[in-house]
Amino acid sequence: MTDRRAEKDEPWKDPAAQPYIAIENVTKRFGEFVAVNSVSLKIYKGEIFCLLGGSGCGKTTLLRMLAGFEKPTAGKILIDGQDMADIPPYERPVNMMFQSYALFPHMSVYDNVAFGLEQEKLPRTQIKQRVGEILGIVHMGDYAKRKPHQLSGGQRQRVALARALVKRPKLLLLDEPLGALDRKLREHTQFELINIQEQLGVTFVVVTHDQEEAMTLASRIGVMNRGEIAQIGTPRQIYEFPATRFVADFIGSVNLFDGQLVEDEPDHVRVRCADLPAPVYVDHGLSAPPNAQLWVAIRPEKITLERAQPGATDNWARGVIKEIAYMGDMSIYMIRLDSGRQVRVTQANIVRKAGEAFSWEDQVYLAWDASSPVVGTG
Amino acid sequence: MSRQGRLAIFERYAQRWGPFWNLFYRFGPPRWSLLLLQNGWGRNLVIGVPYLWLTLFFLIPFVIVLKISFSEIRIAMPPYAPLWEWVGDTAISIKLNFANYRYLFSDSLYVSSYLYSMQVAAISTFFCLLLGYPMAYGIARASPAARNLCLMLIILPFWTSFLLRVYAWIGLLKNNGVINNVLMALGIVDQPITMMQTDFAVYIGIVYSYLPFMILPLYTNLEKHDPTLLEAAADLGAKPAKAFFRVTLPLSMPGIFAGCLLVFIPAVGEYVIPSLLGRTDQLMIGRVLSDEFFANRDWPVAGAVAILMLLMLVVPIMLFQHFQGRELRKPS
Repeated sequence: MTDRRAEKDEPWKDPAAQPYIAIENVTKRFGEFVAVNSVSLKIYKGEIFCLLGGSGCGKTTLLRMLAGFEKPTAGKILIDGQDMADIPPYERPVNMMFQSYALFPHMSVYDNVAFGLEQEKLPRTQIKQRVGEILGIVHMGDYAKRKPHQLSGGQRQRVALARALVKRPKLLLLDEPLGALDRKLREHTQFELINIQEQLGVTFVVVTHDQEEAMTLASRIGVMNRGEIAQIGTPRQIYEFPATRFVADFIGSVNLFDGQLVEDEPDHVRVRCADLPAPVYVDHGLSAPPNAQLWVAIRPEKITLERAQPGATDNWARGVIKEIAYMGDMSIYMIRLDSGRQVRVTQANIVRKAGEAFSWEDQVYLAWDASSPVVGTG
Repeated sequence: MSRQGRLAIFERYAQRWGPFWNLFYRFGPPRWSLLLLQNGWGRNLVIGVPYLWLTLFFLIPFVIVLKISFSEIRIAMPPYAPLWEWVGDTAISIKLNFANYRYLFSDSLYVSSYLYSMQVAAISTFFCLLLGYPMAYGIARASPAARNLCLMLIILPFWTSFLLRVYAWIGLLKNNGVINNVLMALGIVDQPITMMQTDFAVYIGIVYSYLPFMILPLYTNLEKHDPTLLEAAADLGAKPAKAFFRVTLPLSMPGIFAGCLLVFIPAVGEYVIPSLLGRTDQLMIGRVLSDEFFANRDWPVAGAVAILMLLMLVVPIMLFQHFQGRELRKPS
């Protein structure tokens, strides 16, 4: 789904495209603590941009600066070409969906949603029409008279979304939008959010610590670490081509090895890792000094398990299965290599019968394609 | 202690002490505590203590006052006729005397005292709210350290005698008191402003004395407010003042209600402050009550004054709570 959208339009690839939101060298300090460190970002119209990172990485601070609740210590924020420096939150063309939803507990669903429009001093009939419209879109039309405490978590989330969307903001900020929902509801809501976004054409900036949420929602992801942007890219880029060791480790599960560059040609590199019996052969060049210390990341699903030793001289390892977690659609194997290193491998359960399956303490060979490993210096 | 643990002790002692232990364990103190726990008696006991207290020291005295208010005055000890008397050996004659109540409405002194008390209490409550709300709001928004200091300062006056503090106001307000002396020394006024024995002095005294009772419940309420609600209001386009009136104020209504009750109710019956600072031509109902009781020794009329005051305070509050109660009790 995300891929289709990404192919449809990728404004960030066009150097002439005007960014809708431009964050330029923004820094935010709280006393000595640097929450956001010189971040620059360009977000384009109609995107769902996810800021992904662990707690304390500065993603929420960045979001709050977009909303106007925090003032940047240094740097500039432009929305639709307009400098936001001196514009208070109540005059910004931005609305936010809070993590706690922050619904007004003394107001009904209708009043909550109408609140923003009342501030614009719209005529009552128009308010009624627009509130009705947006409540229809989030499927809350029947609950207009309820108070927030009479709603379930999922319903509150919809009301919060409707309240933020009803003002037709240029930019919608979502702070951990799905955090409080259970798994089934999350999956459902994720797709609903994307549908609503496509329907209304609003630009979304989503803050989340949940990479699954970021992967499904985002057109692009900005991975944050210690107040800095570690990498910006589409979900596929972030997952398949992590730029730094941090991103490789943070996104999804991964087997990381430390190695040394032994062969660096324009079309391939060879890396020798202490934990692996054979060199790692990667089918693209790398610009690194000879004998550089590298990290090698191999995703668990890109490794295949075999009983016989692979014929190739590169890209294999040997180990014993220590743990098996059967997940239904796939199984996770924890394999201890001869070097003592634990490696995680996932295999799709394509065959139904258990006869051929690997078992505990089986000796197996691990193999992977030359295109699978990611190597880097950073 | 687990059930098994108890059984183990029981058996160990049963072997040594035989039937005595058996009886002790089955019907003695160990079983009592168990009964208390199992039948929820412990909870009833805890709830029962305040009920007992209120019955002994509020309900029974109230009934006695009610009884006296229906009796006739008599020059005797006690100074009122009994409510019921034996007629012969087999009949009781109960005589309910409503004259005391009718008397309250026939003499304009009482009606005007009631109205004046209500007026003073209402105006004082209003000013307490006007002063107390910003203070409570400020404290609730302050840093934890400053918050504790401020709360301490609010409570600090209670460490001095209430009477002493009211007397101190006399020293400030009287014609050759501190305020007038300063004003005259600065040449702002030529003659001292008469502040003593005025409504103004009573308002000052009541607002000063009861302000903590307004601030504390308001603070308790405001401190619990979720600051993200105000951010949400700002985000939706409400300027700070608008956000306050649409979000903070409605959500603090329970605190306002509690604070106003805590100020208004004692202010209506206030005795010391109007006696020391207030007018002499217009009495408050607390003063009337005490005069009836001590000066006139008319206990029945004093009882009627007290009962009527209670009704005037309690009935509107009960009605209000009946209608508001459902709203306030809702979980949020």
